[in-house]
Amino acid sequence: MLTTDRVGGSALCLLALFVIWESRTLPLGTWRNPGPGYFPVLLAALLLILGALACMMGGGAAPVTGVGWGEAGHALVILGLGAFICLALERLGYRLTMLSALLFLVWLVEKKSLLAAAAFAFGLAFGSFYLFDTLLRVSLPRGPFGI
Amino acid sequence: MAETLQSLARGFSVALQPAVLLYAFVGCVVGTLVGVLPGVGPLAGISLLLPATFGLTATNAIVMLAGIYYGAMYGGSTTSILMRIPGEAASVMTCIDGYAMARKGRAGAALAIAAIGSFIAGTGSVMALMLLAPPLANFALRFGPPEYFALLLLGLLVLAYMSGGSMVKSLAMAVLGLLLGMIGIDQMSGFFRFSYGVVELGDGLGVVPIAVGLFGIAEVLATAGQEVPPKVLKPKLRELLPSRQEWRESVMPIGRGTVLGFLIGIIPGSAHIISSFVSYAVERRLSRHPEEFGHGAVAGVAGPESANNSATSGAFVPMLALGVPSGPIPAVMLAALMVHGVSPGPLLIKQQPELFWGFIASMYVGNLMLLALNLPMVGIFVNVLRVPYSLLYPSIIMFCVVGVYAVNGSVVDVWIALIMGALGYILRKLGFETAPIVLGAILAPMIELALRQSLAMSDGQYAIFVSRPIAGTLLAVGAALVLLNLVSWMVRGFDWRKRIPLDEHGENL
Repeated sequence: MLTTDRVGGSALCLLALFVIWESRTLPLGTWRNPGPGYFPVLLAALLLILGALACMMGGGAAPVTGVGWGEAGHALVILGLGAFICLALERLGYRLTMLSALLFLVWLVEKKSLLAAAAFAFGLAFGSFYLFDTLLRVSLPRGPFGI
Repeated sequence: MAETLQSLARGFSVALQPAVLLYAFVGCVVGTLVGVLPGVGPLAGISLLLPATFGLTATNAIVMLAGIYYGAMYGGSTTSILMRIPGEAASVMTCIDGYAMARKGRAGAALAIAAIGSFIAGTGSVMALMLLAPPLANFALRFGPPEYFALLLLGLLVLAYMSGGSMVKSLAMAVLGLLLGMIGIDQMSGFFRFSYGVVELGDGLGVVPIAVGLFGIAEVLATAGQEVPPKVLKPKLRELLPSRQEWRESVMPIGRGTVLGFLIGIIPGSAHIISSFVSYAVERRLSRHPEEFGHGAVAGVAGPESANNSATSGAFVPMLALGVPSGPIPAVMLAALMVHGVSPGPLLIKQQPELFWGFIASMYVGNLMLLALNLPMVGIFVNVLRVPYSLLYPSIIMFCVVGVYAVNGSVVDVWIALIMGALGYILRKLGFETAPIVLGAILAPMIELALRQSLAMSDGQYAIFVSRPIAGTLLAVGAALVLLNLVSWMVRGFDWRKRIPLDEHGENL
C-alpha cells in the first residue's frame, strides 16, 4: 500500500541518489584524508539507507490517499505570491511590493472589501517599512523614485 | 560561591540599567505574543526579530532574544488552556488537562498555575544555570575537535531519539539537514559545493531562512486555508486564584518539572518540547489518581509547564559554556551573538563577564516581568487571537520576508525561505518532523570541520574518537541510544513516546 512513509522515504532515496550524482565533480579524498566530496557522499549514502528503511518499515503508516490536501490550492497561491515578492522586492522596492502583495492576498484571495484591503495593505506595508527601516535601521530595498 | 554572588551582583548592575530593562520588557511582551499566536513559535519569532537586534549592543540583543524565548514559553500555555491550540510545540501537553480544566470553569486557576509554575521553574533553573555554566566552561577547555565531533553527533542522535514518531524518520530528517548544511564553500579546501553558480550560496543556506521557511512559512501554508476560528474561553480576573487543593496538587509537579526540565534542557535536542512530554508521563505515573489525567488534572498543567520553562534555561548551559547549540533555538541565538562579534564558548565567561552575568541577571528580572505580565494581562493577549486569521497570516508572511531579507540584504535568502516553506509543508503532510533539519543544517559545517580536524590530528586514525575518554564516552552514549531504539523496535510497545496521547480525552493513556 502507498503510505506517507513510503512516499517520503522514496523521495529521500531519489534526493540521495541526486546528491551522489552531483558530488562526482568534487574530490572525494581518502578514508584517512577526506576531501570536500567525502562528507556529502557519506551523508547521501546514509540518507539512501534511511530512506529505504522508512519505505520498508512504512507499511503501517497512514495511507497517502488519506492525507487531506484541502488547503493546497490556497498554499499554492501563497507560494506564487512569495515568488512574486522575491522577483519584485529589489525592482519595485519593499513598500510597493508588499502593498501589491498584501492587497492581492486580502482583497482577491480573502475576499475582503477593496477599501478595507487597501487600508490594511497600505498601513502594513508602509508601517512596517517605517518600523524596520526608519526606526530599527534595518535597510530595506527602495524602488522607483525612492519609494 | 562568594565569587558567584559577586559576579551576579555585577550582572544585576548591568541588567537593571534602563536600556537593558526596556529590551527585556520588549522581549517578554513580543515573546508572549509569539507564544500566544498559533504557528509563530519561539524559533520563528526569534528568527524574524533577529535583524531588529542588529543595531543593539550584544547584551541588549541577547537579553531581548532570551526574553522572546522564555516569553513564548509562558504565552504558549494561554492558547493551550483557553482554546486547546498549542501556541508552540512545547505547550501540546498543556492542552490536554489545561483545556479540560477550562471547560470545568477553572481556566483562571489553570493559567495561574501555569504562570506561577513557569516562574518558579524559570527562576530555579536560572540559579542552576548560574552555578553550572562556569564550571562546565572550565571543563570544556579540555575539548578538542574529537570531543566536539562526538558531542555534536550525540546531539543529533538525542534529537532523533526524543522526537515524536520513528527514529528512522527523525534521523533521515537530521541527515537531510546535514546535507543542506553542505551547500557552500568547503571550509578546509575552499571548494564550492552545490552552489550552481549562485554566489550568495557560497556562505551556505543560513539558519534564519531555513528556520523561517520550515516553521513560519510552512505553518502559514498549512493553516491559511482554515476558515472556522476556534472558540476562545475568556477567564475573569477574579477567577485567577487557584484553590488550596489545587495549590497542594501543583507543588510537587512544579518541583519535579523544574529539575527534570533543566536536566533535559542541558542534553542536546529539542529540550523544551521533550521536557514537557516527559514531565507529563512522569506526573501521570506518580499520580495517585492517574485516571484524572486527560480530564483536568492540575499536575498535568503544573508539571509540563514548569518543565518547558526550566528546559529553556538548561538549553543555555551548553550554548554559553561550550559554544554548542543544543537545539534550533539556541542555534539561532548563537548566530545572533556571532553577528555582534561575541563567540560563545569556554572563554566567554572570562572574556565577557558583563555580558554573561548581565544575561543571567536579566533572566531573573525577565521571569518576574513575565509573571506580572501574564496573570493580569492574559485577557489582552487573548484578544490577539480575535484578529481574523485572514488578516493575521498576510502579516506573518510580511514579517517572514522582512526577517529573512534583512539578515544579509539578499533576495536569495527569501527564495531559500520560500523553498524551505514548501518543503516543510510537504514534510508535515507526510508526517515527518522538521526540527532535526534545522539542527542538522546548523551543525553540518561544525561536524564536518571537527571530523576532518580530528583526522588531521591523528594522521587519519579513526581510533582518536574512542581513545580519548570524553569523546569515547559521548560516542558510547550515542551508540547506546541507537541500540535502545533498535531493541524497543524489536520488542514493540516499549517506546514511551507512543504511550503519551494527544487526543482530547486521553483514552490512550
